Amino acid sequence: MRALLRTCGELSITVGVIMLLFCGYLLWGTSSYTEWYQRILKQQLHETTKLAKLDKLGKLDLGRAVGLIRIPRLGRSYEYAILEGVTSEDLRRGPGHYPGTARPGKIGNFVLSGHRTTYAAPFNRIDELRRGDDIIIDAPEARYTYRVSGKQVVLPTDVDVIAPVPNHPDARPTQAVITLTTCHPEYSARQRLVVYGVLSGKRDRSTG
Amino acid sequence: MYGWIWRVIPGGTGVKLATVLVLAGGAGAVLWYFVFPLMEPHVPLDRVTVGR
Repeated sequence: MRALLRTCGELSITVGVIMLLFCGYLLWGTSSYTEWYQRILKQQLHETTKLAKLDKLGKLDLGRAVGLIRIPRLGRSYEYAILEGVTSEDLRRGPGHYPGTARPGKIGNFVLSGHRTTYAAPFNRIDELRRGDDIIIDAPEARYTYRVSGKQVVLPTDVDVIAPVPNHPDARPTQAVITLTTCHPEYSARQRLVVYGVLSGKRDRSTG
Repeated sequence: MYGWIWRVIPGGTGVKLATVLVLAGGAGAVLWYFVFPLMEPHVPLDRVTVGR
């Protein structure tokens, strides 16, 4: 009886230690993968930037860097390579561009999703953005600056936030806007935090 | 369970301790690199996209 109880206790402690280790993995182990992949993506992007000077940029390729996102409000070193696609495999590698939504700087809605707490948590602090903050997107052909216009917490089923005109699914877009989505509250899948921005500036690479 | 493992491992205290550390490290590595990556997609911790 005593041996049985002891074994039960030891097993419980073991399970507890494994769960703690799993939490550690979620917070730090997942990030090391993202950081490794981000380095590869940034390298790829620098290569395509050089190519863009010679040749006109074609369609976005799946799984490759489509641009860099920088947000000065979140620090000078805040820089992530954006990749095409929002499957869980894509998002492990960095913030992803929703396929089918507008390309950077183009009329319509340029939609990005990123993790909030795991996989290097690129969108961890986007709740700190205020109206008027810059979101800078470096695409191979130009640098686009969007200005934050609003924030919203929505349900995961609220697909209207990624419509060409956010929250007006039937309207025709006349403006270039950006939408960032991530989970809300932190460590939860209950809601989504959405940040909106409007294009405020463009600088072509050849002149800038 | 742990008492039994300790008794089954051969050698003196030093050798036992070294063996235990290697075993624990191996178990940790298997969890970290193989088991946890398989578990992670099933934890609804950080869902970021919208959709139906």
